Amino acid sequence: MEYTVWIPFLPLIGFIINIIFGKKILRTQAHWPSTLAVFGSLVLSIMALWDVINGKTLNYDLYNWIISDNFRVSVGFLVDQLTAVMLIVVTSVSFLVHVYSIGYMHGDSGYPRFFAYLSLFTFSMLMLVMANNFLQLYFGWEAVGLCSYLLIGFWYEKRSASDAGKKAFIVNRFGDFGFGLGVIIIFLTFGTLHYVPVFGRVEEIVTQSVNIYGLEINLVTLIALLLFCGAVGKSAQLPLHVWLPDAMEGPTPVSALIHAATMVTAGVFMVARCSPIFDLSHTAMNVVAVVGGLTALFAATIALVQNDIKRVIAYSTISQLGYMFLACGVGAYGAGIFHLYTHAYFKALLFLCAGSVMHAMAGELDMQKMGGLKKYMPITYWTMLIASLSISGIPGLAGFFSKDEILFSAYAAGGVGRFVWMLGTLAALLTAFYSFRLIFLTFHGDFRGTEEQKHHLHESPPVMTVPLLLLCIGAVASGWVGIPKILGGSNHFGEFLSPVLHHPHYEGVTHSEEWMTMGLSVFVGVTGILVAILFYIKNPSIPVRLAQSFSFIYRVLWNKYYVDEFYNLIVVRPVLFIAKSIIDAFTDRKIIEGIVNGLPALVGWTGAQLRKTQNGILQHYGIIMATGLLFILVFVLIRAIT
Amino acid sequence: MVPLHWYLWLGSLMFCIGMAGFLIRRNIIIMFLCIELMLNGVNVNLVALSHYMQDLRGQVLTLMVIAVAAAEAAVGLAIVIALFRNRPTVHVDEITEMKG
Repeated sequence: MEYTVWIPFLPLIGFIINIIFGKKILRTQAHWPSTLAVFGSLVLSIMALWDVINGKTLNYDLYNWIISDNFRVSVGFLVDQLTAVMLIVVTSVSFLVHVYSIGYMHGDSGYPRFFAYLSLFTFSMLMLVMANNFLQLYFGWEAVGLCSYLLIGFWYEKRSASDAGKKAFIVNRFGDFGFGLGVIIIFLTFGTLHYVPVFGRVEEIVTQSVNIYGLEINLVTLIALLLFCGAVGKSAQLPLHVWLPDAMEGPTPVSALIHAATMVTAGVFMVARCSPIFDLSHTAMNVVAVVGGLTALFAATIALVQNDIKRVIAYSTISQLGYMFLACGVGAYGAGIFHLYTHAYFKALLFLCAGSVMHAMAGELDMQKMGGLKKYMPITYWTMLIASLSISGIPGLAGFFSKDEILFSAYAAGGVGRFVWMLGTLAALLTAFYSFRLIFLTFHGDFRGTEEQKHHLHESPPVMTVPLLLLCIGAVASGWVGIPKILGGSNHFGEFLSPVLHHPHYEGVTHSEEWMTMGLSVFVGVTGILVAILFYIKNPSIPVRLAQSFSFIYRVLWNKYYVDEFYNLIVVRPVLFIAKSIIDAFTDRKIIEGIVNGLPALVGWTGAQLRKTQNGILQHYGIIMATGLLFILVFVLIRAIT
Repeated sequence: MVPLHWYLWLGSLMFCIGMAGFLIRRNIIIMFLCIELMLNGVNVNLVALSHYMQDLRGQVLTLMVIAVAAAEAAVGLAIVIALFRNRPTVHVDEITEMKG
């Protein structure tokens, strides 16, 4: 199975070709190396999946990366069930996004650069999921962050885009700081960073604890929480979610690939990968579950009132990532990865549809200026409708199976699980509502834009609609591999992952309770859709009146709970104050510039003073010499006397 | 036999006269002569002490000083002549072109 090393390296080759030859030679043909490379990776990933299904796995060290005393890290690849699933998700979505971008980015001046970055991202993401040690995971983790930064700020001439890129990078620093510490503690504890020995020996340290400034904390809990810090940043969970909505400044295919399907799910993947560590810490698991549950609800409430089509989907992504963490937190890692996998398809589809709408609307993002697009762009409409049905959890579609499995697992886990189950179910209601609010505002009713825009409306070219249709298949059918037993399926997906992710077995949960959770999640989904129909089709005056009568709540939601303003107050302003008033005004201007400018000034002044002695009068020199002689004479005489 | 300290007094006296002349006079030729006087005062000291201590190194050093003094006089007088061709003066206060 050594051929799998080519899976990440093909996109790397594509990146190198594009970055060297793209601008001068390839120009409008720059999509070829990248797209072919990722297609090659997709084919190899399917082969890898086939091999893994047939029971083969691989843990292969390519070469020694760092050897320094007892610190040894290799570049190595671990291909097991979890990696195989991630490989399929990453390469398939990446391939479709590449194809879509050929149409979407057509004519952009940065066309070769765009494909170069996409290839670099695909390489980094594949390195991340295929790593067999924590350092390579960290490398991939930072590299995808870099690509995310580069692609959010792709249109860097636009101030808001470059600001959003910086924001994403800086907010991620907070999470990655914890993640880095976690990796360091793992090395200090186990003396190695490779997954297999670490996970094999983690049970030995379960009773150890460390003392941090008088606070006694369990070592496993500490490691798990620090790793989770990284996941919170990368996967935009509370309280570090603020970067993801702003990241929508990037081109829409980037939002689909990086900020919906792959990179932001790296946190979930990492938690699942480290499940042997998380499983041993009850505290950390509860934190993961509660953060996930709260994020799911929190982001969903914000999505209710936003008018920017991409931001609605961005908050929806945050909310769905919350579901995945919720699942991991109650021990149902399989369900979390299952949702990651189905979500990748329907959320990428939603974003690409939004991109198609923007393409038709000449870059317009405000849903209040859309409406009635259904008859102009039928393919986009139907695919987006199916994706929305899928995310709302309508039975038979992908989102139903994964979300239902998460909610049932949470319910069945008991304890904290019951609490997050309630959060999740409530969020499911809101999800269905805002998804259909988006559909109705965009595609139904009358067109509310300008005449010029109306004239311009058109369906996107086939190079964009074909990826939509293919993703639509994923949004419908990807869930069929995990049909639960109660519906006559056998949950192949969970069974497939069970060698890596332990499969929870719930005692004392009856079939009727399982039917109840499933029925409830379908019920809230349908209710959400019906309310959206009532609000935005039957009686459009209701939302306006609601916004007026609950103006306080509306304002809070519209301003996203003032989280950005809060961070601005407690983080950004103090940092800027320190930078400007202390570092710049004092340290830089006074101390450093004082030394740098002061030394030459001192030398100059000394020289000016000494120059006065160099007056050109020979006798003065003679006197100075004679005086010197006199001093020496006196000195010698005194020495001789005493 | 002349005692040592007479020689030393003579040397010191020659040196002091030379130094005083160097510091006081403005005529560059006179200043040159004063320098020679100082050097020779030192030479007298060296020779006297060399004889007193029965160590020939002092006399060797004296020969060195005479050689250096000859070279110095040659170079110095050449400079004075070159200077005098450009500026008809031997007064050191008026020669300030090389001042920093």
